[in-house]
Parts: sequence; structure tokens; C-alpha cells
Amino acid sequence: MKRRGWLMPALGAAIVVLGVANLLLGSVDIPFRAVLDILFGGGDDTSEVWRNIVLKSRLPQTLTALVAGAGLAVSGLEMQTVFRNPLAGPSVLGISSGASLGVACVVLVSGAGGHALSRMGYFGNMAMTIAAIGGALAVMALIAWVSQRVRGNVTLLIIGVMIGYVANAVIGVLKFFSVEEEIRAYVIWGLGSFARVSGDQVMFFVAAMCVLLPLSLLLTKTLNLMLLGDGYARNLGLDVRRARLVVIALSGVLTAVVTAYCGPVMFLGLAVPHLCRGLFATSDHRVLTPASMLCGAALALLCNLIARAPGFEGVLPVNSVTALIGAPVVMWVLFRKRKNDFAE
Amino acid sequence: MAIHIENLTIGYRRRRDAKVVARGLSASVPSGELTCLLGQNGVGKSTLLRTLSAFQPPLEGRVSLLGRPLESYSIAELSRTIGVVLTEKSDLSNMTVRELVGLGRTPYMGFWGRLSREDLLRVDEALALTGITALRDRMIQTLSDGERQKAMIAKALAQQTPLIFLDEPTAFLDFPSKVETMHLLRRLTRDTGRTILLSTHDLELALRMADRLCVMKEGLRVGTLDELSADGTMAAFFADRGIGFDPSRKAYTL
Repeated sequence: MKRRGWLMPALGAAIVVLGVANLLLGSVDIPFRAVLDILFGGGDDTSEVWRNIVLKSRLPQTLTALVAGAGLAVSGLEMQTVFRNPLAGPSVLGISSGASLGVACVVLVSGAGGHALSRMGYFGNMAMTIAAIGGALAVMALIAWVSQRVRGNVTLLIIGVMIGYVANAVIGVLKFFSVEEEIRAYVIWGLGSFARVSGDQVMFFVAAMCVLLPLSLLLTKTLNLMLLGDGYARNLGLDVRRARLVVIALSGVLTAVVTAYCGPVMFLGLAVPHLCRGLFATSDHRVLTPASMLCGAALALLCNLIARAPGFEGVLPVNSVTALIGAPVVMWVLFRKRKNDFAE
Repeated sequence: MAIHIENLTIGYRRRRDAKVVARGLSASVPSGELTCLLGQNGVGKSTLLRTLSAFQPPLEGRVSLLGRPLESYSIAELSRTIGVVLTEKSDLSNMTVRELVGLGRTPYMGFWGRLSREDLLRVDEALALTGITALRDRMIQTLSDGERQKAMIAKALAQQTPLIFLDEPTAFLDFPSKVETMHLLRRLTRDTGRTILLSTHDLELALRMADRLCVMKEGLRVGTLDELSADGTMAAFFADRGIGFDPSRKAYTL
């Protein structure tokens, strides 16, 4: 941890650079000076079009990617610790599936009822967000309820995965009875995107995450004890059942909120904690929690940048980019770790 | 008496009934000694230790630790009264020995889990007592089983509890490590006045090193080897397995 002290500031710097790049780069060429003028006022010669692009598209997107990446990464870290399973992440436990089910219900059922949400604009977006949070929280409540009743984390993990399957099956049935247009609206939501959060919603989203993210820092001691396993944690004074409930609830809410606004973004939550453990060579959550936030934010910004790169715009969904970057990262970390284990 | 149990029934509560593992257990374990809990597989040694550590409630009967009923202890109080070393093999990685032993200080930490000067002192002391000071910066995953076991014992020591319970601390160790671990535990009772209760299948070692034996077979009998040899408990313990016990030599015969 001491040897790697420079990494934290480096991650911070990476976020700044990537954030600026997200504001500067895009399909429309806007000079650096003009972007600065638009952001900080001054210089009246900037065109209205540029102003709109920066303030209504690029800035919300950058902020969304920033907090969504941090949220998913921390949520993944917490899940991996509480379930003591390296494959746990926001998309297991069926929480993302719950959000998807909520959205599917609203989008597909409304289509069947003749009030196509996909054509309702702002109100439609709002309804989708609420539906996603509702679906995710419902599944989370179910998981939390189950977590108080079953022994063993593997059982709980498997139940979570099963709930995911059930949700997907219900979505499948809903799709079968839906209009094609509505299915498309649902599929697009399912691809994940940092761009869909519009200007006025972004403030609400960022504010919510600014409240939720620091809460994770309060769980540092709890999470460190959980690394030891239930028996040792309990012996060292942790109320394991309550702690499990609190951690699952917090990481669940984080996932739910992010998924509601950005769709189910895959892989960030799984890959970033592994990346951080590899980079910082520690399991200590005093380091890992902030590191995951920074690393997740940086990676989300990078993915958003790639997804928007010339030639791709509007074509490449964020989910594909996160998977393309995330999967090799996880493999690299695992291979490297193996080699070190043998070396010592 | 460090541990006093009376007419204890241990087992697992289920929805309608309960699965009883052992019943009618009564015994007293004195303070400041090394007591070895012996018994066949499945007789309920682990369940007894789990019950004494308050991981699971007794089905019937009473347990008192240091003169206070077990159920009157809060979780926080328990964490300063009992330290445990369990059989569950934790898959810890990317954590140094020192960090692990530091986690043993959790019951004394503030909200943020930062180690105070006092905590660091206790950690170093625990590392020195278990003889693993040289390993303190090694990652847990690079340790041998014996070294890892010592690290867990150091964790329990750093916890500064008057009682330490260990569930089969010598299992999976090679013979020298078994002897070393038992020596270490025995020395700890002498040097630090702690009461140590451990379950084991290493009879020979237990007979030689324990201050007191706690034999679990159709009830519980506690006593020194002399006492248990004299009253026939040891002979009865081995009898139905086709193993003889020679009370005069206080050793079993094959």
C-alpha cells in the first residue's frame, strides 16, 4: 500500500484527462477555448449549436459516466466481499434483471395497452427510470429477505442467479406479446448508455450518487472483517446477519439507481475491483473502496469515449465496449496473480 | 472456573424440531490451563466449541464463562472475551500477516478501523509470541499451512481475550508443525495466563501436552490424565475401537 501511494493520484489525474477528453472529443469539432468559454462563461462568440452540444450532451454524459462507473465498481467490490466470491457483481443476484423486468413491464405492457411509452418522450423516460428502480428494489428486497433466512453465501448467490433467470423468462414472455416497436425500445435500453440521461435528470442522478457513494466508505471496517468469513467476523464483534443486510442493501441500491439511468452496464462492476486488487496488491477496503471508485469512474469515461469515437457514434453500445475492455482486464489480472503466487 | 457448563444439550434448531448432537453435558474447565477436547468424529466437538463461542445457542442447559452466563454477553463483550481459531479455511489473499493479526484488534478499534499505537504494539507482541515476526510482511496466500495456523493464533492473541478456543488447530499439519503448535499453545497458557480449549484428534500429543483432558463420549468428563486413567474414562474411551489403554503407563496400546 505504501509502495503504491502514487497510484491514487495517478487515477485522479486519469479521471481529469479522460473527463476533459470526453468534453472535447466528439463527432462535432469544437475548439478547446470554446469549450472552456461555454463551461465557465465569458466569450460570447460561441455558437448556440456548440453550446447545446457541450452543455446538453457532452457534460451530462461525462458526469453520468463518472458517477455511474464509480457506483458500479463499488457495488461490485461490496458484492464480491460479502459473497466472498470473485465472480459476484452487480449483474448477478438478479438486481439488474429486476431493473430490466421493471422496464420491460412498463415499456412492453404500455405498448400493448395502446399508450406506447417509446413515443412519450420525457414522461416515457421518467416512467422507465421509476420502473427500473422499482424492479431492482423489489428483487433486492427479496434477496435481503432471503439473506436473513439462509445459511451460507453460495446458496444466496445461487438464489440470486435463479431470480435473474425467472425475471428474464418473464421478460421473454412479455416480449412475445408485444409490438415490435416497443421491443426495440426495450432492447435499446438494455444495451446500456451513459448518453440517455438528459440535462435536468442528470443533476438528480449525480446528487443521488453523491449521497450513496460516501456511504460505502462507512462500511470499511465491516467489509474488512467479512473477508475473514462469518465465523471469524462474528467472533471479532460483527453482527454478521445485520452487516450482510446493510452491505447488500447499499450495493443493491447503487446498482438499481445506475441501472435505472444507464441501463444494465455490464462488466465494470466485476472487472474494476479485480483490477484494483491487482494494482494495489491489497485486500484492505480502506484502499480498495476509494480506489474502485476512482478506477471505475476512469474506466467508464474511457469506455464512453471509445463508444463515441469517430465511425462508431450511435452504433457501438457502451456494453460492448465495457465487455471488450473488462474481460481482458480480468484475465490479465488473474494470470498475473497466478504467476506471482508461484514465484514466491 | 473459566468455563462451566451444566446439563447442556447442543445441536441445531430447525423449523419445527431440533437436531440434537449431544445432550447431558456437564463440566468445568479451570483457568489458565491448556485443555484438549477429545472425541470421535461426529460426537459434537465442533458443535460444542461453536456453542461455547456463542455462534449457536444451546438447545437446553446453561453455559457460563468466567462466572457469567453466556447469554448475558453482548456481541461486543464476547469479542473481548473469546478468541477463536476455526477449521474453516479462509481464502484470504492480498493481505499481509500483519494486516491479518491487526484485524484481531477490531474489538478495540474506533469507527474507521485505524490501528492505534497501542494496537500496533499488541500486534507486534502477538507476532513475537507466536514466533512469526519474520513473516509479518508476507502475503497470507504464500504461507505454509503451519505458518498460516500460527498467524491465526497470533490474530486470536492480538484480540487479548482471556479465553481462546481452537477447533482442530493441528489438523492438516505435518508432525513437527503439530508439535510446534501444541508447544506454542501450552507456552501461551504459562506466559500469558490465557485459558485455551482446543479439540484435536492427535491423541498422543494431547496426552503428553495437555494440562487437562476433556473426553467427549456419552457425556463429558474433564480431568488430568492421571484422574481419567484412574477412573477408567480413558480405557472406556478407547475400548470399543479395539484399542487398549494401559493406565499404569498412561498410554494406549495397539
